[in-house]
Amino acid sequence: MKLAGLLLLPAGWIIVLAAVALLPSALTRNAFALAGCSIEIFGLALVCGTHAGFKKVSR
Amino acid sequence: MTETDSAVCFVCILLIPAAVAGIAAVNAGLGRARNAAQSMLSSMCFAAAAAIAYFVVGFVWQSYVGGPSRVLLIGGKPWDWIGAARPFFLGLDLSSGAVAPLFGMMSAALAAIIPIGGGGERWRLGVGCASAAFLGGVTFPLFAHWTWGGGFLARLGQNYGIGRGFIDAGGAASIHAVGGVTALAMAWILGARRGKYLPNGMPSAIPGHHATFVLGGCLLAWIGVLGLDCAGAILFDGASWRVGPLVVVNATLSAGAALLAVAWITRLRYRKVDASLSANGWVAGLAASSAGCASMAPAGAMIVGLVAGAIVVFGVEWLELHLHVDDPGGAVPVHLLAAVWGVLAAGPLARNAGPDQWLAQVAGVATSFGFVLPVAYGANWMLNRFLPQRVSAEGERHGMDLHELGAGAYPDFMSYQDE
Repeated sequence: MKLAGLLLLPAGWIIVLAAVALLPSALTRNAFALAGCSIEIFGLALVCGTHAGFKKVSR
Repeated sequence: MTETDSAVCFVCILLIPAAVAGIAAVNAGLGRARNAAQSMLSSMCFAAAAAIAYFVVGFVWQSYVGGPSRVLLIGGKPWDWIGAARPFFLGLDLSSGAVAPLFGMMSAALAAIIPIGGGGERWRLGVGCASAAFLGGVTFPLFAHWTWGGGFLARLGQNYGIGRGFIDAGGAASIHAVGGVTALAMAWILGARRGKYLPNGMPSAIPGHHATFVLGGCLLAWIGVLGLDCAGAILFDGASWRVGPLVVVNATLSAGAALLAVAWITRLRYRKVDASLSANGWVAGLAASSAGCASMAPAGAMIVGLVAGAIVVFGVEWLELHLHVDDPGGAVPVHLLAAVWGVLAAGPLARNAGPDQWLAQVAGVATSFGFVLPVAYGANWMLNRFLPQRVSAEGERHGMDLHELGAGAYPDFMSYQDE
């Protein structure tokens, strides 16, 4: 899950950049940029959840 | 840039080491007495490693506006991805007033000590220097090129009509968020300190050893960030030295509003004002206002600071209690969450920016999480596989000072009783 989360982070970033570079209409550009951000947030949540699960017990 | 602008910029850059000293003092004071000397020495070593890495290779990737760079054509528009200057500052005449590489070197040193807050009290000095060198030589200069070196984020306005392009004159994203993201990666990789979490998962309080050190560090950081913001505004926002008073007012109002917001919230929640959280609030206000330091009105800077203060209080609790991120210096809420807020707020609050400015700011934040976090995490994870970054359990119990330096910071007294 951690790896999946770490891969979703650049995936979301690329969607944001692609939206900015390739979509001419402001509406679709904004929508795709927000979708890319949502994917990044989901990836971040996955990584956070993985670490919160197994790092909480002190050595 | 006129001669006067260059001279003012140079003087402002000379103040940046005060920010390095301030953040180092905050990190050392928020740790326990047995780790104080190692924390301060780590700050000096990390700053040195990052500055040297920046000199050797970092400036190659960062370059400067109008300097050599690699450009791709995407959708018929030029995308400036990476600088292509020469290593070791070759080709630059530093004796003729070239201030951009000097600014970059100081900024790399500042960014490199931020992760010490997240990895404090358990991060080995030697391998930590390698991590700092990676930040100063790769992640910071790449992001700085995109923001300050004429890269694709800076040109979003010119190429696509998105506001004025990514606004980050004082380095809220390029310095604070890059350092904060690396701090988060290090807190994950190193794990929590011994005794931080009880077997039932509840965190225990490990108070810092020197509140005066922490609060004094905040005042030093104030001086340094004023210089940083003024120099950044002149170099990267196209402003003249006359913008200085606005930048100073904005940074001071934001830091002050954040401090008072934290003091008020902690007074309401805990019946006492929390000194260490208030100190973190002050630094968070400075970090948050850096993005739009030369673009916002003073009232906007106050709003940015108020929200940054609230972010610190609730961010610290959320990270510690729910995400189990052990961040002794508060680097993640202060330098990442508050800075990200400042970057996003600079969109609607910046003057002379179009309605699309928010999209440029979102693209910058997306780059922090989508590029810097995976790269910093991956590189430090790989480094950790070959050279363990966390000190041994015995070393952590004895304290980093005795274990790594052979002597404590305060040899005349015993100050810990938690073992």
